[in-house]
Amino acid sequence: MKTANTILTTHDLTVGYRNGSHQVALLNNLNLHLDKGKLVALLGQNGAGKSTLLRALTCDEQPLSGTIKVNGKPLMEMSQKERSRVLGLVSTERIQAGALTVTELVGLGRQPHTGFLGRLDDEDREIVRQSMADAGIIGKAGEYMASLSDGERQKAMIARALAQQTPIIILDEPTAFLDVASRIETMRLLQTLAHDRGKAVLLSSHDISQSLMLADELWLITTDRQVVTGTTTQLVTDGAMDHLFANRSIHFNPQILDYSF
Amino acid sequence: MTYRRYAVTIVALTVALVVLALACLVFGSVDIPMRDIVAILTGKGCGNKAWDIIILQSRIPMIITAALAGAALSISGLLLQTTFNNPLAGPSILGVSSGAGLGVAIVILALGGSIGGLLGENVGSYMAILVGALLGAGMVLAVLIAFSSIVRSNTMLLIIGILVSYLTSSVVQLLNSVASEEGVHNYVAWGFGNFSGVSVGQMPLYAGIIIAALVGAALMVKPLNAMLLGARYARNLGINVSRSRNILLLITGVLTAVVTAFCGPIGFIGLAVPHIARLSLGTSNHSRLIPATILAGADIALLCALVSVINPHGIIPINAITPIIGVPIILYIILNRRRIQYFN
Repeated sequence: MKTANTILTTHDLTVGYRNGSHQVALLNNLNLHLDKGKLVALLGQNGAGKSTLLRALTCDEQPLSGTIKVNGKPLMEMSQKERSRVLGLVSTERIQAGALTVTELVGLGRQPHTGFLGRLDDEDREIVRQSMADAGIIGKAGEYMASLSDGERQKAMIARALAQQTPIIILDEPTAFLDVASRIETMRLLQTLAHDRGKAVLLSSHDISQSLMLADELWLITTDRQVVTGTTTQLVTDGAMDHLFANRSIHFNPQILDYSF
Repeated sequence: MTYRRYAVTIVALTVALVVLALACLVFGSVDIPMRDIVAILTGKGCGNKAWDIIILQSRIPMIITAALAGAALSISGLLLQTTFNNPLAGPSILGVSSGAGLGVAIVILALGGSIGGLLGENVGSYMAILVGALLGAGMVLAVLIAFSSIVRSNTMLLIIGILVSYLTSSVVQLLNSVASEEGVHNYVAWGFGNFSGVSVGQMPLYAGIIIAALVGAALMVKPLNAMLLGARYARNLGINVSRSRNILLLITGVLTAVVTAFCGPIGFIGLAVPHIARLSLGTSNHSRLIPATILAGADIALLCALVSVINPHGIIPINAITPIIGVPIILYIILNRRRIQYFN
């Protein structure tokens, strides 16, 4: 159901990859919507198309067909600068920023708002400080990125996305390389950003039980290449969770919110 | 990184620049007393016409040529390292210098002259050589762009650069085999590297192009910093990555081509100096890295120029000195890559 809070919508979106002139669709005719103030987890098997869908939503790859709209405006028709002000990204890409301090890295998040040379004014610096505080990394503000743990580095990257001040934040496997404690902390942080700051947060994850516990809504890529959406309760009671994996020998156990066999 | 460390580094590099430039003015194959140098510089003249010419038409142009060449090659190296996300990239190792050299060799032969003709004052001929160098450098950069989208591995791109160097030098050898003996001699001499090749008349063109390209590089601070995060993040920050990359490589090509045409293919400075700047500043933030790289590059080139002229038995080729300074720095970087912040 679209509501007044809906910020991003997809219209008959088909994503996949191009192999020469040959197109391989992974997910067909998606009509999804993302709401402000909600933490949404995208779940699916490896190779199901999670990253491909996110890359289409962040305009890193062109969809095979269909449109993506933010506030009713097609994303593809926006300038790169306009897009950088509505949609922030946190990915697992390796970055070369070890010799930047956390403050400098988070400062890069201000780029869509700064002038030609990217200089920060007092207001920018205050936003950077606030973003580090919100992400819980302000204690490391002067440290080099290289000296941080994986969990701290992820917080710094999230702070960078916050400094960008976009209503939407998309995260590609934000907890992939983290230990359990950092995973929970990161998910809680994202939940707070959605609930208290009103951000629309969409993340892809392998961590099913945690996503079920903390996400407000799930986008489930089923084995028959459909995306089923709904709250955890809806999807669990509908039995949709049983269609996440092709392997029939494992099944979803609602008691523990995880799979067993 | 603290502002204090930045300020101290910039001041130290500037002081070194002044000291090295003065040393290059005083030392040389002819001994000229300090008092007479001052007299020449203040326009009074020292009564010795030969000394006037040595200072005003040889040493001063050499100092300016060396300082600008060092700055140009170092900024080329920095831009290549950031755009290709590869700490071991540089204009000579990626074959950009040899591409420029090939362009020069072809133009020289097409003009029926020799590379020594570059030193002539015929505007048409050195403009043609410059264009040849630009096309040669541009061609190699185009090859690198094409390969960098196919081979993702940093090491492989370096190897491709080295292969391109071998290929261009073999083409140059083939060209030389049909060239006159004098042409071959001049080509070999050019290959040694030399900061005395820019005459007073050529200086405005040489300095003008380099300074314009350095200003261009300084204006690219914002995309350069975004690129530290990789192409996907840079796009997300509103940067047009492919356009920025083309502009950066164009600047690199111009800088390398101009220096190579006038001074020969000078190795190691472009590769080593950005690391000197990063290590002394402790940052990869380009707004601070660019000024420090320009100054450190000028310093290192002047140091090489100084070493090349203080030998009493004759001038030492620049390319015999740059590896002695460059190789230890590169080895230090490779051996300590786990400890150095910008590798992590």
